[in-house]
Amino acid sequence: MHGQPRKPLKQEDESLLSAKAAKLRTLQSQFFANHRDRIYTQEALDLSAKLLETNPECYTAWNYRKLAVQHNLSRSDPDYVAFLFHQELKLVENALRKNYKSYGAWYHRKWVLSKGHSSIDDELRLLNGFQKADSRNFHAWNYRRFVTSLMKRSDEDELIYTEEVIGENFSNYSAWHNRSVLLSNLFKSKAEEFPLEEKVLQEYEHVRSAIFTDPDDQSGWFYHLWLIDLTVKNYAPLLVSSWPSHGSNITLNGNNCIYGCGLSLLNSTLSDTRTLPVILYFNQAVEGINLSTVAVKSELLKEDLVWKPLSTNNSSTAQVWGAYLNLGNMELEQSKTYSIKITIGHSMGIVSSNGYQYGDPYQIAFKLCVQTASTKPVEEQGGKLTSWKDNNFQKIDHFEDSDSIVSADLHIPTTSDWCMKAIEEEITTFRDLLSEEKCKIGKLSLARLLTALDLITHQHDKRKNHTEEVLKLYTDLMELDPTHSLYYKDEHSLVLLKQITSSRESLLPYCCYYKDATEANTSYVCLRLQNLSLSRMGSFENLLWVQMLDLSHNDLRSIEGLEAMQLLSSLNLSHNKFGSFTVLGPLRSLKSLKVLDISYNKIGSHSIDTRRYLCSSPLANTEVFAWDRFEILCGSFSATKFWEAFLIFESLNLTDLNATGNAVADENFTSFIVKVLPTLKWLNSEELA
Amino acid sequence: MEELAAEKHVRYILSVEKKKDSFESVVMEHLRMNGAYWGLTALDILGKLDTVDVDEVVSWIISCQHDSGGFGGNVEHDPHILYTLSAVQVLALFNKLDVIDVDKLTSYIVSLQNEDGSFSGDIWGEVDTRFSYIAICCLSILRRLDRINVEKAVKYIISCKNMDGGFGCTPGGESHAGQIFCCVGALAITGSLDLIDKDLLGWWLCERQVKSGGLNGRPEKKPDVCYSWWVLSSLIMIDRVHWISKEKLIKFILDCQDVENGGISDRPDDAVDVFHTYFGVAGLSLLEYPGLKPIDPAYALPVDVVNQIFFSKTSTNVIK
Ligand SMILES: [Zn+2]
Repeated sequence: MHGQPRKPLKQEDESLLSAKAAKLRTLQSQFFANHRDRIYTQEALDLSAKLLETNPECYTAWNYRKLAVQHNLSRSDPDYVAFLFHQELKLVENALRKNYKSYGAWYHRKWVLSKGHSSIDDELRLLNGFQKADSRNFHAWNYRRFVTSLMKRSDEDELIYTEEVIGENFSNYSAWHNRSVLLSNLFKSKAEEFPLEEKVLQEYEHVRSAIFTDPDDQSGWFYHLWLIDLTVKNYAPLLVSSWPSHGSNITLNGNNCIYGCGLSLLNSTLSDTRTLPVILYFNQAVEGINLSTVAVKSELLKEDLVWKPLSTNNSSTAQVWGAYLNLGNMELEQSKTYSIKITIGHSMGIVSSNGYQYGDPYQIAFKLCVQTASTKPVEEQGGKLTSWKDNNFQKIDHFEDSDSIVSADLHIPTTSDWCMKAIEEEITTFRDLLSEEKCKIGKLSLARLLTALDLITHQHDKRKNHTEEVLKLYTDLMELDPTHSLYYKDEHSLVLLKQITSSRESLLPYCCYYKDATEANTSYVCLRLQNLSLSRMGSFENLLWVQMLDLSHNDLRSIEGLEAMQLLSSLNLSHNKFGSFTVLGPLRSLKSLKVLDISYNKIGSHSIDTRRYLCSSPLANTEVFAWDRFEILCGSFSATKFWEAFLIFESLNLTDLNATGNAVADENFTSFIVKVLPTLKWLNSEELA
Repeated sequence: MEELAAEKHVRYILSVEKKKDSFESVVMEHLRMNGAYWGLTALDILGKLDTVDVDEVVSWIISCQHDSGGFGGNVEHDPHILYTLSAVQVLALFNKLDVIDVDKLTSYIVSLQNEDGSFSGDIWGEVDTRFSYIAICCLSILRRLDRINVEKAVKYIISCKNMDGGFGCTPGGESHAGQIFCCVGALAITGSLDLIDKDLLGWWLCERQVKSGGLNGRPEKKPDVCYSWWVLSSLIMIDRVHWISKEKLIKFILDCQDVENGGISDRPDDAVDVFHTYFGVAGLSLLEYPGLKPIDPAYALPVDVVNQIFFSKTSTNVIK
């Protein structure tokens, strides 16, 4: 029930209503008798009509009408057939006047029309009446799309209709929506008559007048964002970054431990299993990464690479793809350099979810060489507790060549002039708007436009970017619109991370050498992004090289996207806002992860788990719960209590885990986790016996 | 701030069932199955499901199943997928799924999938993404999802995605919070949430919160308690619920209570009904309001009921 006042009923209303109720009940039981006995006489039809005119929501009566039509159609008299269908249309019209939100009534009309016995010429006139009465009624709009396609009315004519509706009142989200549908169709089907650039420029002007008339009215907001997307988006899939990156040199030492090139000795999985990850990072989710679309040439290659999407979902598409190069059976010669060439997109088959083909063949060439064994034997994994204290880290003045800190080498194809011009013009007009009025959509649009401009001018000039201004806009928005402050904070975090990771120079202040107390000679690069008020992680395309990452003391709730960081071996997530184990889902695909600190978070203190469906699990039908294994490992522990932890940790090989300071981390949890993680040497900073 | 008048709501829900002769309840008779689901789930969240006569409810539900396997909204009413889901959900609440003919029910749902992956609501052929959700949710609860073409079903849902990141009833249909819940829920249950632009949809959804703290279902519409469910559960499934103010929404829902006679309405001072009482209570549960059982955002059942289905020894036996 909607929009009915709560006031108590007066006595006479009540008696009137109960009389009405009794009448309706009699009507219903007569109707059900007819329905049961399949009586479709005119008298019975009139009775069901009366019922539907009183209560259009009685769906069984609409079904009965359809049965009646089918039954009575057997009488072939054409006049009668015409009458029959006319009668149905009239009834629907009456029912809709009673309740124009009745699904059953609208569908009955569609059903009648699709039988092809009635004229559709009057439908638009009828519809215009309903749309005038309620210009946002989505049943009417749906029906309009149905009728116009049935009568083959052109998209151009419908586009004019939406213009008229918007002209009468710009505050009509339904009309803007329909415009986006019609234009999308026209861009696809009549690309020559409807050149995207010309139309998009007109549409900017069109929607601008709506936004500027009343900046608080949301009708044009989403349409405007859609236009920005149409202007700058690369629809074709592109490779954004890779590990190893093009031109890099990777050194293995005699023990087959990989080091140098930012690869530390910590990373023992790589040496244990003698495999080398290869990661491809695209600008959007793609499918079709396989032997025929990605060619790898190297004398090191003894078996075909198996490409896997790095994703927790069922779909075969992913933005990041990985494969492991197996060096296991190789006798690598000392001081010899092996070259590896990966060619992507030389043949068709890499496709985005919208059906666009990868169109920019690209080659990644890198070298691998073997050096004499390290002077010092590699200590067994987990031999020492990893300490994240400041005094274990040493600032870096400049990177060594061998550090090979990589930032994504974006090779975005040059954008057309009109894109740049369109965005710049929008920026000017939104600056004008803001000089008159401090509205949130003005600031938000400006922030988005500046970000878009930086994206398309990226390859021309990195220094002239607008990051500082964008960060300031988001900070202002947090204050201006506190209800949505965390949305702006998330955006702020992403922009900040883009800035920090944009180049080797910008990364330098955040990189440190990790020196553990006993091993002064070896040092590994750790990326320290702690204490930055980050509420969200991003820019993973620039972080594929990272093996040790400190994200502690931030406001993170999720690590979505971290699955791309296949080299990661030590991760500090302590003192954040993680609310459940499912949040850690992305870690499941990190084969190298050994050290994990999740202390002082909120795991176990929330009754509602917001990552429940983003994590691969039986709930999402992405995984079968391994009950047998669970039972063997965990015995008496309740599955409903520990399934999340079981799912996350079961596939990991951690040697060092810190989970203190979480509501979940009681004694039961401790004895449970030790069973799930047999590789564990350190738990909560204490050595396990 | 007002507090949740939990006891009054329980009494209100139990009383509705007894007012069978009011005009309102006669008009609503055709969706009594939905009503049973709303009322009973609300009672369970409030911790009072044990006040209900289980056998009476279950035998009434059985009497609503047709030979086709589908359920009607009430005895004598035709079968439709809308009521079939409610029947399955109520039986799941009572852990009584074994009392019905699951094979027959499964083939009913399977028979409603169309060539393009979409689902019809019944034999008459109305197509809507609501029905896609219902089919997927039902079959997943019954552990029979492998009986339909999931890939095609997902493709159809994605074909209903709009420029604002939301979803409509059919391709080209305008985004609507209720419809978005159905599509996001179906994608969640099929492990396909990666096909959603979470930031774009999240922004559209979080902008549903208006000044009063309530949520509306489409831009420039009035807030309504039922959207506390549709919008909130969608935001939770895509992990963007922190983009709205929970405190303000809690206040709005509590302001819609009838603190004297129990029940919750669409907006403050409107007439209460079971539908909004359920969505108000379920919304508060999603907001982690103290004293309420947590509810699952995709299956729209209490978390303990869902866990019992998916994480117990018996559940694995059912998997084919
Ligand atoms: Zn409502």
